[in-house]
Amino acid sequence: MWSVIINIELKKGVLDAQGKTTHKALHSLGFHNVKEVRVGKLIELQIEGDNREEVGAQVQDMCKRLLSNPVIEDFNYEIEE
Amino acid sequence: MKFGVVQFPGSNCDFDCYYAIKNVLQVPVDMIWHKDNDLDGYNCIVLPGGFTYGDYLRVGAIARYSPIMSAVLNFAKKGGFVLGICNGFQVLTESQLLPGALIRNTCLHFICKNQTIRVENIDTPFTGMCQKNQILQIPIAHGEGCYYADKKTVDELEANKQIIFRYCDGSGKITKEANPNGSICNIAGICNKERNVLGLMPHPERSTENCLGSVDGRLLFESIMMYLKKKSILVK
Amino acid sequence: MEKFEQRKFWQKWNLTSNEYQCICHVLGREPNEIELGIYSVMWSEHCSYKNTRSLLKMLPTKADWVIQGPGENAGVIDIGEKELVVMKMESHNHPSAVEPFQGAATGVGGILRDIFTMGARPVALLDSLRFGDFHQDHTQYLYQGVVGGIAFYGNCVGVPTVGGETIFSESYQGNILVNVMCVGLVKKEKIVLATAKGVGNSIILIGAKTGRDGIGGAAFASVELNEKSEEDRPAVQIGDPFAEKLLIEACLELVQFEEVVGLQDCGAAGLTSSLSEMAARGHSGVEIELSEVPQREAGMNPFEIMLSESQERMVVIVEKGKEERVLSTLRRWDLDSAIIGHVTDNQRFTIKKHGQVVADIPVRSLSDGAPVIKREIIEPLWQKEIKKLNLDEFEEYEDYNSILLTLLSSPNLSCKEDIYQQYDHMVQVNTVVPPGDDSAVLRLKGTKKAIALTTEGNGRYCLLDPFQGAQIAVAEGARNLSCKGATPKAVTDCLNFGAPENSDSYWQLVQAIKGLSESCKFFDTPVISGNVSLYNENDGKPIDPTPVVGMVGVINDCNHICTLDFKSENDLIFLLGETGNELGGSEYLEIIHHMKRGLPPILNLAREKKIQSFCRKMIEKDLLASAHDCSLGGLAIALSESCICSGLGAKVELKTDIRSDCCLFGESQSRIIVSINPSNYEDFVEIAQQENIPFQQIGMVKKDCLKINQWVNLPVSQLEKAWRRKKNA
Repeated sequence: MWSVIINIELKKGVLDAQGKTTHKALHSLGFHNVKEVRVGKLIELQIEGDNREEVGAQVQDMCKRLLSNPVIEDFNYEIEE
Repeated sequence: MKFGVVQFPGSNCDFDCYYAIKNVLQVPVDMIWHKDNDLDGYNCIVLPGGFTYGDYLRVGAIARYSPIMSAVLNFAKKGGFVLGICNGFQVLTESQLLPGALIRNTCLHFICKNQTIRVENIDTPFTGMCQKNQILQIPIAHGEGCYYADKKTVDELEANKQIIFRYCDGSGKITKEANPNGSICNIAGICNKERNVLGLMPHPERSTENCLGSVDGRLLFESIMMYLKKKSILVK
Repeated sequence: MEKFEQRKFWQKWNLTSNEYQCICHVLGREPNEIELGIYSVMWSEHCSYKNTRSLLKMLPTKADWVIQGPGENAGVIDIGEKELVVMKMESHNHPSAVEPFQGAATGVGGILRDIFTMGARPVALLDSLRFGDFHQDHTQYLYQGVVGGIAFYGNCVGVPTVGGETIFSESYQGNILVNVMCVGLVKKEKIVLATAKGVGNSIILIGAKTGRDGIGGAAFASVELNEKSEEDRPAVQIGDPFAEKLLIEACLELVQFEEVVGLQDCGAAGLTSSLSEMAARGHSGVEIELSEVPQREAGMNPFEIMLSESQERMVVIVEKGKEERVLSTLRRWDLDSAIIGHVTDNQRFTIKKHGQVVADIPVRSLSDGAPVIKREIIEPLWQKEIKKLNLDEFEEYEDYNSILLTLLSSPNLSCKEDIYQQYDHMVQVNTVVPPGDDSAVLRLKGTKKAIALTTEGNGRYCLLDPFQGAQIAVAEGARNLSCKGATPKAVTDCLNFGAPENSDSYWQLVQAIKGLSESCKFFDTPVISGNVSLYNENDGKPIDPTPVVGMVGVINDCNHICTLDFKSENDLIFLLGETGNELGGSEYLEIIHHMKRGLPPILNLAREKKIQSFCRKMIEKDLLASAHDCSLGGLAIALSESCICSGLGAKVELKTDIRSDCCLFGESQSRIIVSINPSNYEDFVEIAQQENIPFQQIGMVKKDCLKINQWVNLPVSQLEKAWRRKKNA
């Protein structure tokens, strides 16, 4: 069994309204040293597979087809046994 | 002439579109189940508003893989008319029948209100009955209606005159204040290059009867009806 | 059965030793852990109404048009043309105070299920909300959370939220009120009841898997909130509106099948309450096999499974052997389902785990068996004192401009657009009068009819005089409907009070029920459903007693509806009814003089009924350009609203035989501001005189400014800025 953690974030050029608002809120709590906030998504998968490469290829496919939207999002992932 | 309204799990405005087309415009219309895959005999397919699959993961991301969607893609390829309203527009961008994406409103709230939009291009089957720069009052109701596309895409949309509707104020001015959700260039609706697929965030089916406040939404449907009538006359 | 500490357990779940004795008596033995847990929840105040059952019998519940009164999932009335309206209101106060978003969301989910479980399509939601001091951070957190939760759930399921109220008062600091009302429509003969009958019939559980959500949530609702309540967070349920939407569509298909004998939602106390209530109504019993219940989490024990409040679940009773059509419909909608048991004829509630009996209880003792608690009715010592108010103590002013602007921008009187624009109030394309008016109006497709919907309540009036305050809630609700041309037909209520053990709160409850009862009888609006929420206190101090009334009215012809905005310059403005020298319990008194005392405004029921009837007649005859109810904030606020919503001003001259502050801001009852086109003047006056309606012409619609005597002279744009709470430019 493989544990996969996928991070999905909005692309740099896309307005991150949630991030902006969260940034303001942190400032209002006194965290003035916070310079930037981006809000993304974390998806955890438990996948059965024979080897890391195969699982990795599948995860890429899942991300490209469903889990992330390439027009507005970037993704990265980690695989552990 | 026959319309079809696709019913996905979580569609809400499917019944509203059906009612507007059948009872108000009096055109034959069927509800099409998302697990079907046959669109023979339809002239225009409507992807209605709602919260397909709860908007989970990403709006429209799961609906775009419904069995019916491969039929819709083929249908569009062959020149059939596809109208995506609100969540339907989101499904169209996810399935890449239309470019760009819809993301969270910049104000982060859902907004439901009457909205004025300006008709930018009347050379499409969906806007043939409109005047250039006509101001239409059609309600919006969405939390993720902010249209986004990269600069290259937006330039292409402008160059090809694919931007069909823009949010405007009561006098037709395109302003920041008149933009309810932060959409780039105040874009409220676009079509594909071939002009047979239209996606818009406002809800024309909510603006077809006087008692509901406005009948401007009828123009969209009536434009398609007029175009189809003309086409069938030519074919004969 | 494992041994455990019975005493601690029964105390933790709030059973008294008397109740424990009753249980032993009913069973003929001591209950085991599971049975005790079941009783603790079913006999909690929230489920059993043990403190209020006897009092609620005072309420009028019958009329020719009432198909179903209290006792089923929701009330049902016949409005003609084969249409039935299904209606209910419920509270979700305590969960919303701890987790506002999900608390409010699941409140919406729960009330929706009460409606579609009857086979009715939900067509409208309304919410009556009360929060603490507007300026406190915690209040803002709860307020934004609750509104967000209602929007999240209501929008996703595609039911428009079309009305309600949002009130801020220190009284609700620490114990907010979230009352949600749902209205549905069904054709006559298609209504479905929640009954389990027919020996051997299958019990099918459909929808979400069962998890550990809200275990004992019903018991939680019966306990006062204090600092430790935050630790009770696991008792709050999480909602999935997408699953609910699928349930709605699937259930509305299922109710068409003859083999579906009963349908019930799983709400407070989960499977236990749904099944025991269904069996009680059907005079039958049920037998459940726990291993068949689809579970979301591993290792759930019988208590957890039977009392789980996992949302979005329904129970369907289907004729034995005919389950396939039901199951295939559910598969089509991608909904889980499982046959978890069957109906018996032994009138017992029997639970098995892998074939072994783990609980066995007489059905009726669960649904009706909680010993009714009767208490002494003692008027609070402070009641007479709080009614004293000497108006001579207050200065009358020459100029009320800044006072009017202050009131317009106050949290209770200012524009609520920020709230209702977060709700999709147009979905289902029935909304003819959207939020922002006296009541919402929805047309009924395929007929000429429309229904008007409203909620009303005033905790301040009820604190001063609960009997009078409750009467006024009904009168104002009916007036809201009449102003749109609708004849009030029925009431659903949510009674929000403190702990019944507190004699002040109990007295208030009794008085309020008496007031509701008299008023509902007078207006011919029976109470067809409702909810009681007790233990609304924080750190021992109860909230202002707040009975909330939800009402439905019928408009026979959709073409005869009236809105509150002025229509044209030079239209004549009339005041129906009369203003008295009264300021008790008013917004003006609280905001400007920081007082909450006096008598609530006098209510003459006969005059109220007459004026409302006249207003409806004028609307039917198309003689009115606008109609607006005078209520919170008084005449000046009502006039301001009619101006702001139209962009037109008014020049008004009021009689000065009463105090200026009472003229402008007094909340005298039975008053409606109407405007008419001058061409209708004679007809209007003739009928008003014939019917002996107290009325006076007070002015005329004029552009740009609102002028009232020498007291108010403000541009409408400035009124609007204040009302929309915008900072001065």
